[in-house]
Amino acid sequence: MSLSSRQKYPGGRGAPATRGAEPPVRQAPEALLHVEGLTLTIGGTAILQDVSMSLPQGQILALTGESGSGKSMTALAAIGLLPERAETSGRLRLSGRDLLTLPERELCALRGREVGMVFQEPMTALNPVQRIGDQVMETILIHRAMSRAGARARAAEVMARVGLDPERIPPTRYPHELSGGQRQRVGIAMAIALRPKLLIADEPTTALDVTTQAQILELLTGLVREEGMAMLMITHDLAVVAGMADRIAVMNAGRIVEQGPTAQVLAEQRHPYTRQLFEASRHKAPLAPITPGETQLSVQDAVRDYPLPREHPFAPRRAFRAVKGVSFDIRRGERIGLVGESGCGKSTLSRAILGLEPLQAGQISLDGKPILSHGKPDPALRRRVQVVFQDPYGSFNPRHSVGRIIAEPFHLLPDPPKGAARQTAIAAALTAVGLKPEHEEAPIHAFSGGQRQRIAIARALIIEPELVIFDEAVSALDVRVRAQILDLVAELSRTRGLSYLFVSHDLSVVRSITDQVLVMREGEIVERGATAEVFDNPRHWYTKSLMEAAPRLPAPEMGGDDDAGGEPL
Amino acid sequence: MLGYALKRLTSLAVSLLVASLVIFLVVEVAPGDPASYMLGMNAQPDTVAALRSELGLDLPKWQRYLSWLGGMLSGDFGTSYTYRTPVAEMVAERITVSLPLALYALGLSTLIALPAGIYAAARRGKAGDAGVIGATQLGIAIPNFWFAMLLVLLFALKLRWFSAGGFPGWDDPLMAMKSLTLPAVALALPQAAILARVMRSSLIDILSEDFIRTARAKGLSRRQALWRHGLRNALIPVLTILGLQFSFLLAGAIIIEQVFFLPGLGRLIFQSITQRDLIVVESVVMLLVFAVIAVNFLTDMAYAIADPRLRRPR
Repeated sequence: MSLSSRQKYPGGRGAPATRGAEPPVRQAPEALLHVEGLTLTIGGTAILQDVSMSLPQGQILALTGESGSGKSMTALAAIGLLPERAETSGRLRLSGRDLLTLPERELCALRGREVGMVFQEPMTALNPVQRIGDQVMETILIHRAMSRAGARARAAEVMARVGLDPERIPPTRYPHELSGGQRQRVGIAMAIALRPKLLIADEPTTALDVTTQAQILELLTGLVREEGMAMLMITHDLAVVAGMADRIAVMNAGRIVEQGPTAQVLAEQRHPYTRQLFEASRHKAPLAPITPGETQLSVQDAVRDYPLPREHPFAPRRAFRAVKGVSFDIRRGERIGLVGESGCGKSTLSRAILGLEPLQAGQISLDGKPILSHGKPDPALRRRVQVVFQDPYGSFNPRHSVGRIIAEPFHLLPDPPKGAARQTAIAAALTAVGLKPEHEEAPIHAFSGGQRQRIAIARALIIEPELVIFDEAVSALDVRVRAQILDLVAELSRTRGLSYLFVSHDLSVVRSITDQVLVMREGEIVERGATAEVFDNPRHWYTKSLMEAAPRLPAPEMGGDDDAGGEPL
Repeated sequence: MLGYALKRLTSLAVSLLVASLVIFLVVEVAPGDPASYMLGMNAQPDTVAALRSELGLDLPKWQRYLSWLGGMLSGDFGTSYTYRTPVAEMVAERITVSLPLALYALGLSTLIALPAGIYAAARRGKAGDAGVIGATQLGIAIPNFWFAMLLVLLFALKLRWFSAGGFPGWDDPLMAMKSLTLPAVALALPQAAILARVMRSSLIDILSEDFIRTARAKGLSRRQALWRHGLRNALIPVLTILGLQFSFLLAGAIIIEQVFFLPGLGRLIFQSITQRDLIVVESVVMLLVFAVIAVNFLTDMAYAIADPRLRRPR
């Protein structure tokens, strides 16, 4: 088509809702995005029920809730990208036009031009075989908004606007040559290249590190304020919401249960579900005080190198040092946190403790005996350290029953229990994590994410290890489930005297569940100490920058006697 | 990109050397003495010994390996035991049939398969998709020699558009291509069926990727997203299959060569094996290995062109 949609409907005059003289936007009879009684079913299953909300130009509306609450589906509806089988009723109007009834051709003309969207996963949201500059230009060219040269100039302008320095990140780069934060900037540049009136951001920072997250959030709010866009922000993170949104809508099971100005929702929390969410977000697990025993795990000058690819077949092998001479001890009963951003070496270090990675120098020993002897993990030691991984979906064999999954570590024992003893052990492990013994027979896919993480903990506990490594064990969970799992971990520490290493990028979680903390950056531990002390008075610049970047929830009583910076992490 | 090519080239050279050693040893340990086989059951022992020394069979193994290898590097493939003509000449003659036939068949199969696969993927679950799936199932199930015979019956005997077999040589290129057409079609269809399926499933996978959704959010229609973002990403598995198919077509056309009386490489190998003409077998197999490895190299280069992530040295 030769006419752009904006030319067809200048200022929305063609649309009935804003007929008449161009009114000042804020007093417009209808907001830029106006959703009324939106109901959506897919194959007979209700996904959204009677969703109503409105978003005026220049404002930020945050849509929050747990996974499966329908926030992303609402976002897709607002850009006309619903799955083909979706059946809708109600109204969803953008600049007066109802997207639910608009034909596909007109939706295509509108996407990218009037509505831009930024997605969650910057790693997969860009075409891997196309240069980033071309991908930004495409938004402009597909709408025939400018000549090629004009599009190139605009792409350069918008990429500079989102903070991609053309000297360092020229438009000729491919996505795989960029970091996650840089890729997300490209994604934002693509979305705003044509200055859309509405920007939809679906969990735009969930996959990013905390310092990168702060930069991207700042960029997004800056864009909204300066370019006069409206933003519909989808996020599960209440602390992010609190820091940037004008209005909040809380969703649960396909319905909006509460909405209003941010300060009001935060202060009143009228709906019980909203209260539950906030309480779970600032939940502190009840950690019983401990007196640590003798040294259990000792990591001394651990070094782990990964070989890098050769530049050419005859070049000398070079290596990337992921862990650079790290030392620390865990004493019996201690609860230690390990924080740092992605790529800092924390996962490599935890795998080395499990004996899954060889060390190039240094030693890791349990009760004075090295974990690895002659390059192989010592099974007698190995059974005393267990691990709980992040992904409650990917870390189980989908064909096994719960009982079989939980009993798996028995193969580490020289004389594994059989028959009735095995059943008793499985039942005890299930009970200890708050499940029922009769769950043993069930297949793993019958369980929710939180239940799966309980099963993962039961699997770690069944051979009564002395040390458990929680590797981002609650990062994939919704806040209410996360609070329950943290309580469970605290209880296991109290009842069993369990020591653990809690590896996480989430500072608030580490604060609530550990006594001591190690801060890791680029393979080194840059700061260590009592968790509260390190978090309240960080000494290393890196720790300080982490603390500053972390979004935080305001204190429960707004304007109370707490400091203005909100609740401590 | 240069480092990547250099690395691939090095591995190509190493593979060739290993392959030559394996081929030589396998032919060596095969039972039966070529000299006595050639002279027949009733030959005198001293006649056999004389032939053995003439053929160089009495030299130590390593010496024979080196002279064979050195000969091949200088273009001398040795002399056929049975025909007493240089192997290089025999092979060169056959290649002028087999290589064009393989390329012709590959071209046809690509021309049929890629559009069919793309068409099916774009209409996933609809009637057009089901039609393509059905046709490919048939194409995979029908043996190509039977299909070849049907082609001969229809186009050569009934309609008389093509000749039923034989190869007139390249003096008249048009006639030569015409005589290769039915064999190429017979070879291409089963390959096309496989390739179309790979194209379809690879594209369907890619179409569910996040970046396709991003493209749609930019305002691309479903079709534009498929052509601009889906296709190139879906090509890697297709290139892999294409490489494998070319290697197969070069030497694996033996049955089709029989059906159409074509003097190709496949028939040459078959004849040499039955006549225990080991030097021909060795040389032709080595040549085919070279072709396979060279095609793999080209496939690797094509990967790197299709996907910038592969250009870095790994």
